[in-house]
Amino acid sequence: MGVGDSDPAPTLRDQKNFGLRTMAKSTPATSQGDYYFKWLTAAAALITPLIMAGIFLELVGHSLPSIKEFGFGFLISQNWNPVTEQFGAASSIFGTVMSTLIAMVIAVPLSIAIALFLVELAQPGVSKVVGAMIELLAAIPSIIYGMWGMFVFGPFMARHVQPLLQDTLGFLPLFQGPPMGLGMLTAGIILAFMILPFICAITRDVFLLVPNVVKESAHGMGATTWEVTYKVTIPYGLVGIIGALFLGLGRALGETMAVTFVIGNAHNISASLFAPGNSIASTLANEFTEATDLLYVSSLIELGLVLFIMTYLIQVLAQFMLRRMYKSWSVGL
Amino acid sequence: MKKVTWMAVAVVGLMVLAGSAPAANVTLNGAGASFPYPLYSQWAHKYNSLTGLKLNYQSIGSGGGIAQIKAKTVDFGASDAPLKPKALDEAGLVQFPMVMGGVVPVVNVAGVAPGQLKLSGAVLADIFLGKIAKWDDPALKALNPKVKLPSQAITVVHRTEGSGTTFIFTSYLAGISPAWKEQVGAGKSVKWPAPNSIGGKGNEGVAGQVKVVSGAVGYVEYAYALQNKMTYVSLKNQAGKFVQPKIETFQAAAANADWKNAPGYYLMLNNQPGEASWPIVGATYILMHKDQADAAKAQAMLKFFDWCYKHGSEMAEKLHYVPMPKNVVKMVEATWAKEVKAGGKPVKY
Repeated sequence: MGVGDSDPAPTLRDQKNFGLRTMAKSTPATSQGDYYFKWLTAAAALITPLIMAGIFLELVGHSLPSIKEFGFGFLISQNWNPVTEQFGAASSIFGTVMSTLIAMVIAVPLSIAIALFLVELAQPGVSKVVGAMIELLAAIPSIIYGMWGMFVFGPFMARHVQPLLQDTLGFLPLFQGPPMGLGMLTAGIILAFMILPFICAITRDVFLLVPNVVKESAHGMGATTWEVTYKVTIPYGLVGIIGALFLGLGRALGETMAVTFVIGNAHNISASLFAPGNSIASTLANEFTEATDLLYVSSLIELGLVLFIMTYLIQVLAQFMLRRMYKSWSVGL
Repeated sequence: MKKVTWMAVAVVGLMVLAGSAPAANVTLNGAGASFPYPLYSQWAHKYNSLTGLKLNYQSIGSGGGIAQIKAKTVDFGASDAPLKPKALDEAGLVQFPMVMGGVVPVVNVAGVAPGQLKLSGAVLADIFLGKIAKWDDPALKALNPKVKLPSQAITVVHRTEGSGTTFIFTSYLAGISPAWKEQVGAGKSVKWPAPNSIGGKGNEGVAGQVKVVSGAVGYVEYAYALQNKMTYVSLKNQAGKFVQPKIETFQAAAANADWKNAPGYYLMLNNQPGEASWPIVGATYILMHKDQADAAKAQAMLKFFDWCYKHGSEMAEKLHYVPMPKNVVKMVEATWAKEVKAGGKPVKY
């Protein structure tokens, strides 16, 4: 992403040729060094697709017994019974999507609001301190979030938040059942706390990249802070924001430890957000070490394969959307 | 002639070396159940300070322990759920009980003190089946006329991963309730039928969730109930008496166990007769190969287990485990003499 459109930067190829030519003049031996260097870096770059392909093939290979046994039904069956060796992924897939959805609904508006405040409205001192704290939030290990979620936040939800929701919105199927404190809603909120710093930090950096000249000219035309934010800053940084959202989404989908602590770990699909559920990652974390039967292990690996494909599809979708938006929005960075 | 003499000397020398190898040179590796881990690691530490023998025990869970001993990546495996005699024979393994422990239902109900709430096995099964969904259910009130029970939904807390504790607990429920046996069954990991059930990872996970969820009921190893000062319940035993979980009632259950008529020591200690017996008790087992490749290792291993049986009881009781009774230890040692061989010969220890 080049910043200045008026002054096109030299392309990569120009730079490379230029470098090679000057080097060749002074020390001929270096060109051979460059040859090795190129292959060394190429080999390093090759590791990534190899690992990807390796993981994928391994997952498919070890899932085969379960794929053969359950076929497509694996994806839509809710039955998870190790005693009778019946396995279905529906509740785990549902839980993964649901907890991520709750997290995104909470984290996205919050982090954009925080980023705007830090960049546009806050005093520089305040902005620095709050910004540093948000980055610190990203450094907290997920197990800490999980333990805090279970011992502090869960009981708080059970005692205060869930009864309140039940009193006010209890007629909705979303808020029914006993307020246990642990369950889908708590997991979603904890996830929101965890992805918030990532989305927020990137969004803030994106907003900082909006040239002051553009913002100042808008102000100069009599635009209010809200108008500048809404019509200049956000459209200018939209591509970057979408990128940040997908990063948060990817993290929320695969988050394991914190979710395992608070989601309730029940193989169960419920309309109520209070009800315990599970996610793919939490099921794997819980059950993998103790699964000994072939079909059990294979089903767990197939769950991993499902998560792998889900995450991959989301990344592809993200790339696709970013490219389209980049083309249609000429104000991109 | 000379050659033969030399070889004879060498062989004798090797045998002497193998027979008298100091334990300090041997490192034993074991893996398996997490329930006895605190005790095994203490035993290993103490034994190390006495003899210099190094013992590594990885608490990876019973399932992992069985898998690893079958794959011969460890010297011994440990499991809370015994293997059936047929499975033992197929893998060429011998198993013996090392120590016993009680599984205890724990609750989080406002105003109920430890040991105050009385439950029968049938009621406990109905709670875990979801048939009894509230704490003021008539069945609970009938057992506890003096306890003030709130009209609160019951949340069932269970282990989410496969576990020996779950095996012991579900075996107990399956033995006492035909409905449980039919709908759920017994296993290290089962499909939990109650609609309000949540899972915790490990004994500490279940303990933690029972503590934070008001109206919860779960099951943990006794040591965890004690350490976390949890509200345990009184259970009705086979003799119809309500008993409290404590080392004496676990020992009473263990004493009644008929180890003699249990091939491969496959014995469930649930619901044993006797007025003082706690109804949910299980043993944790050691698994080793009958045919030991390394005589010195086999010897060191049996020496260690022998020491645990004979000198480890006090440490076990301190950590709330129940040591094996003397007559069972004698039987186990007879099994060693009969079945554990190194190079076709019994292992001396």
